Amino acid sequence: MALLQIAEPGLSAAPHQHRLAVGIDLGTTNSLVASVFSGEASVIRDEAGHALLPSVVRYLGAGAKAVVGHEAQASQSDDPHNTLSSIKRLMGRGLRDVSNVSDMPYAFVDAPGMVSIETSAGLKNPVEVSADILRTLRLRAEAALGNELTGAVITVPAYFDDAQRQATKDAARLAGLNVLRLLNEPTAAAVAYGLDNASEGVFAIFDLGGGTFDISILRLSRGVFEVMATNGDSSLGGDDFDQRIYAWILATTRLPTPSPQDARRLLTLARSAKETLSSAASAPITATLGSQQSICLTLTQEKFFELTADLVANTLKPTRKALRDAGLGVEDIKGVVLVGGSTRMPNIRQAVADFFKQPPLTDLDPDQVVAIGAAMQANVLAGNRKGDEWLLLDVCPLSLGLETMGGLAEKIIPRNSPIPTARAQEFTTFRDGQTAMSIHVVQGERELVSDCRSLGRFDLRGIPPMVAGAAHIRVTFQIDADGLLSVSAREQSSGIEAAVVVKPSYGLQDEQIAHMLEEAYSGAELDMKIRMLRENQVEGRRLIDATEAALAEDGEKFLSPPERMEITRCLHALADIIETGGNDSVKALKTACDALNQATQAFAARRMDASVKTALAGQRLEDFASAKPVPA
Amino acid sequence: MGVTLTESAAKRVQTFLAKRGGIGLRVAVKTSGCSGMAYALEFADAADKDDLHFESHGVTVLIDPKSLPYINGTELDFVREGLNEGFKFNNPNVKNECGCGESFAV
Repeated sequence: MALLQIAEPGLSAAPHQHRLAVGIDLGTTNSLVASVFSGEASVIRDEAGHALLPSVVRYLGAGAKAVVGHEAQASQSDDPHNTLSSIKRLMGRGLRDVSNVSDMPYAFVDAPGMVSIETSAGLKNPVEVSADILRTLRLRAEAALGNELTGAVITVPAYFDDAQRQATKDAARLAGLNVLRLLNEPTAAAVAYGLDNASEGVFAIFDLGGGTFDISILRLSRGVFEVMATNGDSSLGGDDFDQRIYAWILATTRLPTPSPQDARRLLTLARSAKETLSSAASAPITATLGSQQSICLTLTQEKFFELTADLVANTLKPTRKALRDAGLGVEDIKGVVLVGGSTRMPNIRQAVADFFKQPPLTDLDPDQVVAIGAAMQANVLAGNRKGDEWLLLDVCPLSLGLETMGGLAEKIIPRNSPIPTARAQEFTTFRDGQTAMSIHVVQGERELVSDCRSLGRFDLRGIPPMVAGAAHIRVTFQIDADGLLSVSAREQSSGIEAAVVVKPSYGLQDEQIAHMLEEAYSGAELDMKIRMLRENQVEGRRLIDATEAALAEDGEKFLSPPERMEITRCLHALADIIETGGNDSVKALKTACDALNQATQAFAARRMDASVKTALAGQRLEDFASAKPVPA
Repeated sequence: MGVTLTESAAKRVQTFLAKRGGIGLRVAVKTSGCSGMAYALEFADAADKDDLHFESHGVTVLIDPKSLPYINGTELDFVREGLNEGFKFNNPNVKNECGCGESFAV
């Protein structure tokens, strides 16, 4: 008969309606699956007792089943071209987005939207490879839980953009998993710790995985998790430490450049030496290579620390930045959570302890923390716990906004806003009778659209003709719980609407995000100047348009030739400055605008008088007795 | 009679209770499922005034009087079947069970 688990009071499921849900940590190097058993989250192991599934897939040829995990990892040196690892780096990426293509021994084929890899089983894209990993975890979980899964929570780095999140969801669907929600990895780690230990306060999540480093500052209070800031380095991880040992082996033995097979072999040895050094003072490295050359070395912990000192230091730079973004000092951090197998290295732990002036939390296995947190969240979402006990808030990593006149970026959702979120702002038309508006959605911190990243465009058509500035167009930006953005625009008087769901084909790398932020800080002053310039140019153009329209209509009627000449002169002077004035023309622009305003003052007054006369013609004073004065 | 726990089941329950808190384990029968009856196994945070209390290997087992006849004499075991592990009811009252064993008839 079926085996039962203990449920929370009042929540035991009816037969055949168990809502089995798992949490999956789909990692660059290793992946895990966890679930809640009788109220306690734990990692599900395979038949051999392994919790970690190496995120490695080997394709054996057309029709054959892909090999996933340890077995694939073991064959990495024998069959490097068909054995795919670190595929997470390629999720939702085009070939030109991937920085270290030359370091990967694969036959890349650039396809629209996402890179693919030529293997013996045909062309594989990162979504398919990730799906093979997820499918293996799903089967493992179903074997352990004894039934089909209701759903899964899958974790992604906080920095993953829309394209990467979408790719992750697609992979899950391909693997036969129902995605309950994508959850940011640091938030999952916080869930695992925050609830088990019922802690409150500000925490730092220091996540050094196989290939990526992420630091997140989270605030936990009354069961609400808020990500205050995130930062990181997408190309820093345990692999880099392996590379240092590998380079050291080559340098020490004066080996020529090894074959791909030997290189893999040596890298595997480097990794196990690194792991040994987390608990031992020295590690032996012995191997016989394809060239029959044998290696016999000993690496001491001291030497290892020396080889990797700069890598350790590199984790602290983004950490400092994240703290600054959150507006906090080291003394505000109540605890530091270590995530990722690489945080087992004693030099990392020491560096973290020194930086934060406190020993980091290590109660939970750093490899399992994220999966366990995801499992706890999945359990809530599947309805196995009373739902509203906790709420999860994440943030968007870069500001989102749209393009306004003059190529300026107007931010609608500021950076680090908790998500899900929806914000609306009203915009209006620039020209008389304007019936369409192009909404250009951009992401970034800079003031100019050309310095931000374009996410998508759409048009709002059918705006009723009105004078410039009279239309009320409400633009709403909405980010859902998975971090996906939708934008809609609605003209208030007519109710016409247009919307777009943003799924950019190319994503942003962490370092691009970091770079964009850096530029935003260093370019802040220049940006402000340019914004002022553009704003004045837009104002100038509006003035020219209005003056020209008025001249065409009433110029003959109200202006003497010299007056008209003076206005035209000012008009041309202003147009000249707009067209040819450089970046320093703000002052000149203002002067020219003022001059034109001055020149047209009498003209404007006469037009006003005339229109008032027209309106009053044939009416008696008594008709206006009850009219209220309108404030100027 | 009542319901008893095997030593391994009791140990497991005690581990859970130590972590989670709660006064014991509630065993009940619900009228649902493809063969008429289904087991419910829950943590107990409080006892109802009609509850029957049983003690087995240091674990308090709470049963409401209406459920007792269906499960009187049951031994609750904790077993591992392959990767799957969980609690198993050895209920002498059962005449019929659905294929999966999640529900039963007496």
